[in-house]
Amino acid sequence: MRATDFRQKAWSAALIVLFFVGWEFFCLVTGMSDLVLPRPSQIIATLVTRFPVLWPHIIQTLATTMAGFVLGVALGVVLGAVIGVSRTAYDTAYPLLVGFSSIPKVALVPIFVLWFGSGTVPAVLTSLSICFFPIVVNIATGLATTEPEMEDVLKALGASKFDILWNVGLPRTMPFFFASLKVAISYAFVGAVLSETVASNRGIGNVMMTASSNFNVPLVFAGLFVLAGLGVALYAAFAIIEKRVTGWATRKNDLITT
Amino acid sequence: MMRMQPNPAFSGNPVSAHSGSTGAAIAIELSDVSVTFGRGERAVPALSRTTLRIGDGEFIALVGPSGCGKSTILRLVAGLVQPTTGVVILGGREVAAKALRIGMAFQNPTMLPWLTIEQNIMLPLKIVEPYRSQFRKLRRTTFRDKANALLEQVGLKGFARRFPWQLSGGMLQRANLCRALIHEPRMLLLDEPFGALDQFTREELWSILQELWILHQPTVVLVTHDLREAGFLGSRICVLSARPGRLLDDRRVTFARPRTVAMTFEPDFVALNQRLREFIVGERTTAAEGVI
Repeated sequence: MRATDFRQKAWSAALIVLFFVGWEFFCLVTGMSDLVLPRPSQIIATLVTRFPVLWPHIIQTLATTMAGFVLGVALGVVLGAVIGVSRTAYDTAYPLLVGFSSIPKVALVPIFVLWFGSGTVPAVLTSLSICFFPIVVNIATGLATTEPEMEDVLKALGASKFDILWNVGLPRTMPFFFASLKVAISYAFVGAVLSETVASNRGIGNVMMTASSNFNVPLVFAGLFVLAGLGVALYAAFAIIEKRVTGWATRKNDLITT
Repeated sequence: MMRMQPNPAFSGNPVSAHSGSTGAAIAIELSDVSVTFGRGERAVPALSRTTLRIGDGEFIALVGPSGCGKSTILRLVAGLVQPTTGVVILGGREVAAKALRIGMAFQNPTMLPWLTIEQNIMLPLKIVEPYRSQFRKLRRTTFRDKANALLEQVGLKGFARRFPWQLSGGMLQRANLCRALIHEPRMLLLDEPFGALDQFTREELWSILQELWILHQPTVVLVTHDLREAGFLGSRICVLSARPGRLLDDRRVTFARPRTVAMTFEPDFVALNQRLREFIVGERTTAAEGVI
């Protein structure tokens, strides 16, 4: 079990290294201009030398992402709980939610800018609006799929709606919730960067926009690397939390004993 | 063809609907209850004008063809369904299931996968007073001992700290019985609890349930398709007709306890089964011919 796990990870790491080596090699062989596609070594060098300048922007992007994410999760949990507990609310609200979720969120940025001016607020709002939907859907689904027999057993005991929610509904929703957090954090990140790109003078999105208009292509790619790094880090953080909290839902066959 | 006449001394005496039970206090009383689901043209009558009295500490087996409203009676008693007409009276009062903390178990054992067997079994103690207010204080001591004592009674000693997915279907069903009994309910409602189990496991669990009943003496209503199960466990058997359910037969089963599986192959028991079968099959043929 462990050995195959390790081998799997080694292959993944090898593939990543191979990808960058191949990229480097490709640029060197074809004599590719760094205005089109800079080499990874150039990008890393830019990243290191420009890091002091990039740092506040990284913080800005991270902060807007987290703010949008936290608000989105709060909103999503409340809406999801309301919708999930009552079948009627579920059926009534679902079409509106689907309608809202199918709006391309890029289209919302100009509206947020119109209302709140450019900068942090529209970034937070875009991030919120893009990440709350998967949370709502997952919480609602988790609650709505509680076994009816379980509910009957508890109701026969005289349990209140809150008792059922607290003891069965919410714990049962946790795997759905954490699965949706992983998706939502990535979405929140996309939302924040998107808004920064369109309307802000701070954040990684803005740095990349500015750099590209100055034809500072290595810096554009450096921004991209930062985004990839942040995205992976956030995803990994929530994957770890998920594993800790909801290990029971991802049980393995090796736990079966007699 | 000669029809086997059951020996009334062994295989049951009909119980008149209004005679009540052995003279003990009445635990459950359905008077002239009917239940209809839906309204207007879509209305589905599930139970029609049923009157049934169940004495305190009785073990009632409800049998009948599928969809005959057996489960509806259980749900009425548990307060999960309201009667369309008539009244349901529990322990001398109109149904207020909350106060009665009824233990229930279904075919689906519904153990919560994130809790150990022990924690699952203690779940009712988190809900029901007087245990509820002491739960934090006693969950690691008295309550855990209580859960383990029950687990030992059903042959699950040593499985308390396992998770549900580590147990077989039969073991989960034993745990399910423990969960239904942990808060010492006066009433136990069982909806085909052994329906999904193989024959041998089922027979084993009959004996376990019988022991639990003898030990704790709750009023039990057991819904089942299995006539042998009804005869083995019930102190009284009620036969319901096809939908909408009506009470076709109501008889006491007087075989001595504890009953054994071997006993279910003796002539008296077989005769009782035969008799019950005739009620259900006969009902089906008349329904098919459109004769009432």
